[in-house]
Amino acid sequence: MRKITRGEKIFSVFNYIILSIAALACILPMIHVLAVSLSSRSAVAAGVVKLWPVDFTLMSYKYVINKPEFSRSLLVSVKRVLLGLLVNMFLTIITAYPLSKDDHQFPYRTILVWYFVFTMLFGGGLIPFYMTVKFTGLIDTIWALIIPGALPVYNVILLLNFFRSLPKELEEAALVDGASHWTILWKIYVPLSLPALATLTLFTAVGHWNSWFDGLIFMNRPGNYPLQSYLQTIVVQQTITPGSTLATEDWKLLQIVSDRTVKTAQIFLGALPILIVYPFLQKYFMKGIVLGSLKE
Amino acid sequence: MVNDKFRKQLPLYLMLLPGMIVVFVYSYIPMIGIVIAFQRFIPAKGLFGPQEWVGLGNFRYILTLPDTYKILRNTVFIAGMKIIAGLVIPIVIALLLNEVRKERFKRSVQTIIYLPYFLSWVIFAGILIDILSPSEGIVNKILESIGLKPIYFLGDPKWFPYTMVITDLWKNFGFSTIVYLAALTSISPTLYEAAEIDGANRWQQTWYITLPGMRAIIVLLATLSLGSILNAGFEQIFNLYSPQVYETGDIIDTFVYRLGLIQAQYGLATAVGLFKSVVSFGLISLSYYLAYRLADYRIF
Repeated sequence: MRKITRGEKIFSVFNYIILSIAALACILPMIHVLAVSLSSRSAVAAGVVKLWPVDFTLMSYKYVINKPEFSRSLLVSVKRVLLGLLVNMFLTIITAYPLSKDDHQFPYRTILVWYFVFTMLFGGGLIPFYMTVKFTGLIDTIWALIIPGALPVYNVILLLNFFRSLPKELEEAALVDGASHWTILWKIYVPLSLPALATLTLFTAVGHWNSWFDGLIFMNRPGNYPLQSYLQTIVVQQTITPGSTLATEDWKLLQIVSDRTVKTAQIFLGALPILIVYPFLQKYFMKGIVLGSLKE
Repeated sequence: MVNDKFRKQLPLYLMLLPGMIVVFVYSYIPMIGIVIAFQRFIPAKGLFGPQEWVGLGNFRYILTLPDTYKILRNTVFIAGMKIIAGLVIPIVIALLLNEVRKERFKRSVQTIIYLPYFLSWVIFAGILIDILSPSEGIVNKILESIGLKPIYFLGDPKWFPYTMVITDLWKNFGFSTIVYLAALTSISPTLYEAAEIDGANRWQQTWYITLPGMRAIIVLLATLSLGSILNAGFEQIFNLYSPQVYETGDIIDTFVYRLGLIQAQYGLATAVGLFKSVVSFGLISLSYYLAYRLADYRIF
């Protein structure tokens, strides 16, 4: 073994420091926001809250959870994630299967794949898309958040590449035994693709949870907003929609919470589902990258 | 025989049908809807109704607006800087992580830097607006405590584009870093062992083994990023900009949104969008072609 030189030791120390700073830079802002949301109005206004709550209180959270707008939009989000997952995954699977066939088994395969891939290269732009959604009658329904993006083409491509990497022998044997394509897909392909499907499911769920722009433009009534769209209007636009600012009759509450503590509480709640699942499903989050960027 | 073959393929076609319909309605019909760019579009007359045609009128009008050039410049400037920063920084971090021998530390850093990628821009913008506030934000509190004047990161047109580049990098550098790290795991350890025996130090190993091992993936990500030169980051900028930074921060996508969905200038907004779609189409096609030639990358 070669001896470790002094220069390498110094580099090593600096390396750990730089990487620690990079990691801290990603996590400290979130911790700060969490600390603000758990602090009292006066402590936040005095600017003494850094990374730990001062005058710890849960009042901001209590206030947020009791807001009808918040719980209503949360419900829309949950509905959208569940419905969206179901529709997206089902369509992704049944579309990827035929497209994964060989040319002799499914002669127009290449043209059909291009039919889908072309939509990744070119699009009509925001206004024609908006008009299409409008004229198909989806405005102000939950389907405006589900149907236009019902087929995530990129996921179809990932899954069809995965299907193609599976051994052909199983399918051939099943075909000889008289199994239908439908059976082969659900009894052979899907069980063999569970890790890939788990990753796609996770990314799809995160995507639906995080979407806000479609809710903003396709919902005329704020009552139909999913959570992220609702948060967009109060945290970012800072418009005074009914219920976004503290009602004056809550004057007792006003001594403990402020606009800022309430906002940070909502930011944290909006991120919470992701923060909860992230550590447990890390393996699948990491795999998403390998699925997407490095295929053999 | 022909019938038999078709009967075998019929289930495959049936499986494709729902997806094809969805894509037709929500991707291909909007492409046909590009005709709005050549109309004085009134929604009440229907998407393909008897609209008034204005030829290239919308395009001519846009070219007379001084804002057009400003917006194009802002878009390319912000997107270009993001592409460069988004290529260089993750390579550096990946190389540094590759030198870490403590597996637990390496894993923890990877996990933490990848996390912001999964937060929505609304959440991330909310965090940024709070910490970057000139009066109450912790960042300016820190600047003040070391004797600097507070900086209005989101409200000063001079700072705004750079704030966009840095915060975008902040949210997304973990993603590319992990792509590079994944590529590094495919480098055979025997190469390092052989180099070690030949007396190569860590720096030489990085230069002669690690970097060449990353070459393919670097070329791939670089060429693919070419297609996003007109994507300056709508979700980010929409959530962070304000009228006082339009001068340097307004981009094509935010302009199209305001023109079309706020001011109801549908024809003009579609025309601007069409310009972007066409240029992007050319660039994306070129980038896929280059990725195919240089890195042997195929979409399917």
